[in-house]
Amino acid sequence: MLSKKQARAFFLGGTLVTFLVFIGLTVYSLSLSQDQSNHENITESVVRGKIIWEENNCMGCHTILGEGAYYAPELTKVIDRLNQKYDGQGEEVIKSILMSEVPWQPNGRKMVAYSMTEQEAEDMIAFFEWIGEIDLNGFDRIVSPLAKDKINN
Amino acid sequence: MKYKSQKVAYWFFALSMLLLVLQIVYGFVMGFARIGLDNLHDFIPFNTARAVHTNLLVVWLLSGFMGAAYYIIPEEAQRELVSVKLAYVQLISLAVVGVVAIVGYHFNYWEGRKFLEIPRPLDFLVVANVLLFLGLILVTLFKGKRRTTTALVLSMGLLFAALLYLPGMLPFDSQVTDSFFRWWVVHLWVEGVWELIMGGILSFLLIKLTGVDREVIEKWLYVIVGLTFLSGVLGTGHHYYYIGVNKIWLIVGGIFSALEPLAFLAMALFAVNMYRKGEKKHPNKLALYWTLGAAIVSFVGAGLLGFAHTLPQTNLYTHGTLVTAMHGHLAFWGAYGMIVLAIISYALPNLTGRKLYQSTRGRAAYWLSNIGMIGMTVAFGVAGVAQVYLERKFGMDFMQVQGEISVHFVVLILCATIFTTGIVLYVIDFYKHGKPNDEALEQTID
Ligand code: HEM
Ligand code: HEM
Ligand SMILES: [Fe+2]
Repeated sequence: MLSKKQARAFFLGGTLVTFLVFIGLTVYSLSLSQDQSNHENITESVVRGKIIWEENNCMGCHTILGEGAYYAPELTKVIDRLNQKYDGQGEEVIKSILMSEVPWQPNGRKMVAYSMTEQEAEDMIAFFEWIGEIDLNGFDRIVSPLAKDKINN
Repeated sequence: MKYKSQKVAYWFFALSMLLLVLQIVYGFVMGFARIGLDNLHDFIPFNTARAVHTNLLVVWLLSGFMGAAYYIIPEEAQRELVSVKLAYVQLISLAVVGVVAIVGYHFNYWEGRKFLEIPRPLDFLVVANVLLFLGLILVTLFKGKRRTTTALVLSMGLLFAALLYLPGMLPFDSQVTDSFFRWWVVHLWVEGVWELIMGGILSFLLIKLTGVDREVIEKWLYVIVGLTFLSGVLGTGHHYYYIGVNKIWLIVGGIFSALEPLAFLAMALFAVNMYRKGEKKHPNKLALYWTLGAAIVSFVGAGLLGFAHTLPQTNLYTHGTLVTAMHGHLAFWGAYGMIVLAIISYALPNLTGRKLYQSTRGRAAYWLSNIGMIGMTVAFGVAGVAQVYLERKFGMDFMQVQGEISVHFVVLILCATIFTTGIVLYVIDFYKHGKPNDEALEQTID
């Protein structure tokens, strides 16, 4: 029968080995050669966009990269999606939503009215443009079936 | 209760009760918003309600864990806490930081990073608070007469939970790396170190309630936490499938996260077997219900419902849908909600000297809250599966799908009402026990 000492060795050994492998894989998958996110395209505007994204907790209603809340649409591919819906006017529509003084509610469900400045809205769009190009291992097609492929052909 | 300083646990439990009730209020705000009753939008928009709901959840659980540690560690170490005064300082500062954060969320003072919304400056206060807590617990443990495995596993869980808070404070320019390290906190907490905390509390309760030999219980405790880390650390990969990092995580995350339910299965089998084996008939049946319930419901909520969407082929479609919310509710409730309510049910009669564990109120609280929560899980699940098919398989527009599934949120609100009735009864029971007192020292049934 298993003794308490053996059980402890199993715990300590298993933890140590998996932890080391985990660190190794983390270093590997975050290394530059494995980058799938076009890291070099993160401009200052994109970074400002990310800060606006966080300061307003947009993730508290929307998902991005499939993470966040399930109350409002996924935004990873939002530009492509709205381009298709509004004849290539996606960016303009996004800007007007963000700069609006009254809550946007095309389907009855309200979004917070952010009254952003033009500059802020453009930073947000830069952020969406960057994030829309990331290679998501196939999720990019599932999450927004309206996007890319359909527009391009 | 054997040591006077254990009384401080009561106040952590009381804080826990208060925050649980508030959490539920904000849950209803979201539930109603989802069926079109969003009248509070100007004051509490959905994202505020959500941040408050999930943060209150984390804080009431942490407060419960801390109370559990203040109750368990003196008894295991066989000595008084090193400083009761500092423990009260820690309690008050925890409450203050919590309240400031929650109030701040109503005024756009937050960081929109799911579960880690507390702004960086407040993070430092959280760290200071937790360091004080750990100091008190660890010094008590090391000055104690004995260092049991139960106490060690519990303290190790609390220590690692504190350390793992730090990666969440690192700043990144890329949303991808930001998300990557956010999971070091969120995933490695709930599918790693919190399971140590749960295991420690579970083993303490089983020793007390079943009378099975400590050596046997603690041996299995090592096996359980061994399984937890063996699967859970690399299982983090199940959050890395589709966020823009290497495909290797599809394989590693898929395999190891599929093994994670084993730890929960082991926990359930362990609790049930110890109960069967135990000769002791402890009169506090209510605490036993909650203890066995936690072990079993966590297997269903975390183990089975987690497995249901953890393989990359499935997660491709369910990632970021209401299927995740279904799993999140039953997993948090079964594993961490119920274990906190279990230790409170056990400790309260001992702290106050009032033995109310025969009451029908206590039983009703148990059954109503569990039945309500299972109903809520089903409501989220039906909505989630419908969402996956309509939106992800058939390509319907997101908001159109939301219209189709809003009826399930009426069911959610009905079940949530049953759940809330149970919780209200539990809180009334808590209140009726009265305050902790030193006379309780002689009346404790071990
Ligand atoms: C007590 C333990 C657990 C708790 C409290 C828990 C809770 C949660 C929560 C709250 C989320 C949503 C996180 C977010 O999007 O920020 C989540 C996601 C997830 N959980 Fe768990 N979980 C537990 C155990 C498990 C286990 C054992 C498995 C696998 C067997 C699992 C599989 C998953 C998966 C695959 C996701 C990602 C869903 C998605 O892609 O949207 N969980 N969990
Ligand atoms: C009256 C009871 C409750 C109601 C009506 C309720 C409702 C909700 C709603 C509507 C959401 C947001 C889902 C979305 O993004 O659209 C949510 C999120 C969440 N709730 Fe509750 N809730 C209740 C109680 C609880 C309890 C008791 C727990 C834990 C034990 C809990 C844990 C969570 C978690 C972890 C999330 C985040 C889930 C995720 O992101 O996947 N809730 N809740
Ligand atoms: Fe996870």
